[in-house]
Amino acid sequence: MTFWQLYRRNRSAVLGLFILFAVFAMAAFASVLFPEDPFRLAGKPMSPPGENGFFLGSDTLGRDVASGIAHGARTSLMIAGLATAVAVFIGAVLGGLAGYYGGWTDDILMRVTEMFQTIPSFVFAILIVAIMKPSIQSIVIAIAVVSWPAVARLVRGEFISLRNREFIQACHSVGMGDLRIMLAEILPNCLSPIIVAGSLMVATAILIESGLSFLGLGDPNIISWGFQIGAGRTVLRSAWWVCTFPGIAILLTVLAINLVGEGLNDALNPRLRERT
Amino acid sequence: MNTNASLLDLRNLYVKLPGGAERTHAVEDVSYTLNNNEILCIVGESGSGKSITARAIMGLLPAPHVHVDQGEIFFNGENLTTAKESRMREVRGGEISMIFQEPMTALNPVMTIGKQIDEVIRFHTKIKKKHRRERALSLIESVHLPDPKHIIKAYPHELSGGQRQRAMIAMALAMEPKILIADEPTTALDVTTQAQILKLIKELQQSHDTGVLFITHDFGVVADIADRVAVMQHGKIVEIGTTDQVLNHPQHPYTQALMRAVPSLTPPAVREISDKEELIVNKLTKTYTSGGGWFGLGEKERVVHAANEVSIKLHHGETLGIVGESGSGKSTLARCIVRLINADEGEILYHNVDLRPLNRKEMRPYRSKIQMVFQDPFASLNPRSKVGRIIADGPRILGVETAEADKRAREMLELVGLDARAWDRFPHEFSGGQRQRIGIARALALDPEILVADEPVSALDVSIQAQILELLADIRERLQLSMIFITHDLRVAAQVCDRIAVMRLGEIVETGATSTLFSNAEHPYTQELLDAVPGRDWHPQ
Repeated sequence: MTFWQLYRRNRSAVLGLFILFAVFAMAAFASVLFPEDPFRLAGKPMSPPGENGFFLGSDTLGRDVASGIAHGARTSLMIAGLATAVAVFIGAVLGGLAGYYGGWTDDILMRVTEMFQTIPSFVFAILIVAIMKPSIQSIVIAIAVVSWPAVARLVRGEFISLRNREFIQACHSVGMGDLRIMLAEILPNCLSPIIVAGSLMVATAILIESGLSFLGLGDPNIISWGFQIGAGRTVLRSAWWVCTFPGIAILLTVLAINLVGEGLNDALNPRLRERT
Repeated sequence: MNTNASLLDLRNLYVKLPGGAERTHAVEDVSYTLNNNEILCIVGESGSGKSITARAIMGLLPAPHVHVDQGEIFFNGENLTTAKESRMREVRGGEISMIFQEPMTALNPVMTIGKQIDEVIRFHTKIKKKHRRERALSLIESVHLPDPKHIIKAYPHELSGGQRQRAMIAMALAMEPKILIADEPTTALDVTTQAQILKLIKELQQSHDTGVLFITHDFGVVADIADRVAVMQHGKIVEIGTTDQVLNHPQHPYTQALMRAVPSLTPPAVREISDKEELIVNKLTKTYTSGGGWFGLGEKERVVHAANEVSIKLHHGETLGIVGESGSGKSTLARCIVRLINADEGEILYHNVDLRPLNRKEMRPYRSKIQMVFQDPFASLNPRSKVGRIIADGPRILGVETAEADKRAREMLELVGLDARAWDRFPHEFSGGQRQRIGIARALALDPEILVADEPVSALDVSIQAQILELLADIRERLQLSMIFITHDLRVAAQVCDRIAVMRLGEIVETGATSTLFSNAEHPYTQELLDAVPGRDWHPQ
């Protein structure tokens, strides 16, 4: 069976993929749909949805909520994607080394990993952004720093179980080097769990980014969903739409990514294939 | 109740498989009967439907995907295929019980043996706790487990494999069932333990008048234990008859082919071997320590001598067999020789160069000279690499040009009897035997002088096993290879090896020419091993 046939069997995963495509399209065409700067004061403040030319209403300063959501999608997806890529890279390298070599290498790397895991991740992220200046880089770094230990643990486990397999011993007996065994022989065999964990991590990254922006720790020059919610929370009772629509955007995106992650898990994990 | 009816009577049984499977029915038109006080052996290769039939009798098919769609199973005249689930629960464990291949997974690891036996009795009767305990103790005693009072409180991991299988049998016999179904009960055990378990099953069957349905793939076991034999192939019974009829005068071509594939215990004629020594292993020692904790705190250190001053010599063109039971250290020895494991002490002399102290870089030029064939054809090939790459990678690592390496790999595919189209396929598209051929091709691609084969045929069916052994013998002749052949199966060793070294607990107890060893073993342990070979008195024609 092709990969798509396997993936398609999980209906909700297909729905998730559909929503995710919509969010990507929205991000890609943001400047076409809303050519103006989302921070621009576009009209009468606190206009309800559908009035004064605002499709989803305007906020306390008269900024267009719909435009903010479209441009905010870019920020959220970019930060989440970048942060996940960095986290997966660090996690895979450290976890791979720890799992492959074992012994004291493993001990040292895993104790370091545990050190990161003992601090609650959101508090840790706030701390990092607060120490550095709030900017896209610092947010990406903060999210990556709190996310990599999970990947490292996962990759370590996979490497440990694979390094003693007979096909790896066969590689040793022809004199293959360690680096080549790790990259060309073991890594391809543990890609599926990494992809699944990574896709779910994107969802968490979006939530952390929104949380940081909500607390005012986002990049002040770039619109994001969390920032919009933060800006609207004081008027939650008089202008519900300012918070609600970015909130729905976050909800749908995170849900879609989780569904896709689950779908990937079902399709890539051969042991679960017979479960249906 | 009809007293003339057989204890168990299968009539034209069909078991349906879900769509997309290799065949539509796992079991097709199977009919056989089992009588009181009789052992019926169901023999067949993997995938022949022998276990599915047993599960159908117990009503344990993985419903709804797999189910009986035609035919009847009569147990003492009662049709089990139409029986209610509540009735089946009474039958299972009470009147028909089952023992499985792997006693470690069939027993619950967090419950004591006594509790597990007690459960069976509690579900089927209403006797008091005190009496149940007495019953459990007497059951444990009846399967000859030492110190029943201690065993009843033991957890499965505290017992050895053979003891666990005995405990399983005690559980199965708790309700004095009329039928005992044994699904490969000795496959996971060592030969000496296997012989004891077979003796126990036979003894209990006679004293309890039980009908035993014994599923196995090993004709030696059949010869030892069976009253009647049914041979299965592709879900059908191809031949059924008394043990003598089937084993000594097989009628069906498939049975005849199987009989021919069973290796004989009589070694073939002695081959001329040169005196030139290819490899000398001198007092090789490998010790494993575990536990100990930090700074000597915690539990006491456990020391295991996996290889203890092992010395062997391999002559040019010779096949040296290393024989022993599990835990004897034979695999450790093999891995030390190919330098997958670093030995602690001793010498591995290859053409007067000691390989043991060499580091990875210094070892490089010698890697290709000693190559290994692994046991598990499913775990020994990278599932994500194409076959061509798997074979060509070896020469490429040694610095052979890609085109040249590919050419060599294609030659190897042909040498091991695989189609050139195999090149672009992934390992999972091949059967076990074909995969083992790929593993052999990978080892040969490096042009080795010594081949270390670690149980290369023990995961294969008997007919495939014969083909692989033939292939190994053929390339040994053609390429003038010397071979170290590790096996637990003395029949295989008898056919393949020129000389045999017997290992036990990390030490070599006896070495000698195969024919001498088989006719005139000196060490009592070798004698014990030879006596335990199933079907020792049966000689396939």
